[in-house]
Amino acid sequence: MKFSDEFEQRFAEMLTHYPTKRSALVPTLLYAQDEVGYLSDEVIHELAERVGLTELEVRNVISYYSMLTTEPRGKFNVQVCTNIACLLRGGEQILEHCKAKLGVPNKGITPDGLFSVEEVECIGACSWAPAVQVNYDFHENLTEEKMDKVLDEYKRKGTQ
Amino acid sequence: MADLVSHPDEVKVVSKRFGKGATDIDRYVALDGYKAVQKALAMKPEDIITQVKDSGLRGRGGAGFNTGLKWSFVPKQSAKPKYILCNGDESEPGTCKDRLIFEHDPHAVIEGVMIAGIAVGAHTGYIYIRGEYRYLSNIMQKAIRDAYAKGFLGKNIFGSGYDFDVYWHGGAGAYEVGEESALMESLEGKRGIPRIRPPFPAVVGLWGGPTVINNAETLASVPPIILGGADWFAKLGPPKNGGTRLFCLSGHLNKPGVYELPMGYNLKKMIYDVGGGIPNGRALKAVVPGGSSCPLLTADEIDVSMDFDSMMKAGSMLGSGGLVAVDDTTCMVKFALRIMKFYKHESCGWCIPCREGTDWIEKTLTRFHAGGGLKKDIDNIQYLSENMLGRTFCPLGDAAAMPTISIVKKFRKEFEDHLEGKPCPFEKAGTRELVTA
Repeated sequence: MKFSDEFEQRFAEMLTHYPTKRSALVPTLLYAQDEVGYLSDEVIHELAERVGLTELEVRNVISYYSMLTTEPRGKFNVQVCTNIACLLRGGEQILEHCKAKLGVPNKGITPDGLFSVEEVECIGACSWAPAVQVNYDFHENLTEEKMDKVLDEYKRKGTQ
Repeated sequence: MADLVSHPDEVKVVSKRFGKGATDIDRYVALDGYKAVQKALAMKPEDIITQVKDSGLRGRGGAGFNTGLKWSFVPKQSAKPKYILCNGDESEPGTCKDRLIFEHDPHAVIEGVMIAGIAVGAHTGYIYIRGEYRYLSNIMQKAIRDAYAKGFLGKNIFGSGYDFDVYWHGGAGAYEVGEESALMESLEGKRGIPRIRPPFPAVVGLWGGPTVINNAETLASVPPIILGGADWFAKLGPPKNGGTRLFCLSGHLNKPGVYELPMGYNLKKMIYDVGGGIPNGRALKAVVPGGSSCPLLTADEIDVSMDFDSMMKAGSMLGSGGLVAVDDTTCMVKFALRIMKFYKHESCGWCIPCREGTDWIEKTLTRFHAGGGLKKDIDNIQYLSENMLGRTFCPLGDAAAMPTISIVKKFRKEFEDHLEGKPCPFEKAGTRELVTA
């Protein structure tokens, strides 16, 4: 299993931060997922070995955290917040709009693998609601028109 | 990058370097950065604790416990290493303040962690940042690297003979991890299941060592206290509620944003003056005063002072500073449902009252909002909520119950208006449209 040099550097450094290896597990899982796209059996096997846990123990941790997934997502995961602050300013319309525009249900992936849509809980953008995170990038104070522009921009990036 | 706002009533203590390029370490130093930690190194540890205690600084995560008092619980002698853990797992719906601190002033958090460490005799600090805040993790990683490069962190800091290390740590999406014992579990690489207390983290915390856990805003408030003095900080707010708070204004307001106001600022003024009032000529119906776990206040109950004790007296909580204004076009059944959906999603399932209660109430509210509500459901929602209170390892059960109880009690009529197949009076028939501000 090969990760990028950047991943390996970060992982090696992180191990020096804690008295136990498994402490590096949660952030490492997320960085691994970012590289591979999801936590595949191979990734889980590799990381379990590296931190000295069984695969079952690692899966037990994975299932707790909302961001970690053992299923592939779109290249751009459109995470729409509908929690209270976003709800009051149209978060649900933004979610419906994204689903309709991309033609996928919640947690669905477009056939070209470019987008997935996910309804998420509060992402910490309450004062700039409604808000969406595409992968790690925040898009705030959205309207349907602004959302269209955001999606078009990612589509352009993804098909270049 | 989140937009900054301002208001003449603001008192900038924690936010004084926002928008001033203080992520750059030289700029931070030029703006009085790393002065407080040098002053702290020359002080007796017990004097630091006394100064923080006297300043009236109380936990900004929501619990509102006196920070200096919390530090004083750490035993002087310990066979195991002591730790400082900064809680930057900001996830309480309505709250978006730590995000600005990390974005604009990461070194203030590092400096706060260092001072806390010197006060309790710890040599290691961790700054835990929620996984969604990747850009902030990157900012923090750079800030820590820069501080090491300058010799501000590591061995013999500022020639004092004191060693101090700071590391960042990232989460991966979990509200419950904001609870301190779950936060430690998460940092140890486990599911964020809460621990039973006692023993409290100050005695048995990370890897069994005494651990101080403070919110990012709390720690960012520490350097100004060391430089400005306990008296100055205490006098910014009412008695026992020192300092300022980053209030996150959201929902149906004309001027949402994060404003730093003195502790004890009037809530009504915060909504109508600072927040610019309710848009589109509508009326205020309810306020979530400090994040989704706080009991709601009605429009008639908002002439109160926003400090920990006054809010408690008013039957709610100051919480994490997340104020969500709700206008009169909003369906409170739907609002209660959205809150419960969140807590159901975030419940780890460890404690039965929370696991079963949140699920059952969410199902009932879903049916209720769709027009299938029965009269007995209203009391049943109350009954289930009351039975979650105080019966769980961590406060997630309470957090789900408290707003629900307040909504049913204060907006019972709206529940009655949904009974027996009536469509939601707040939604246009046949659409899912909600009103936007």
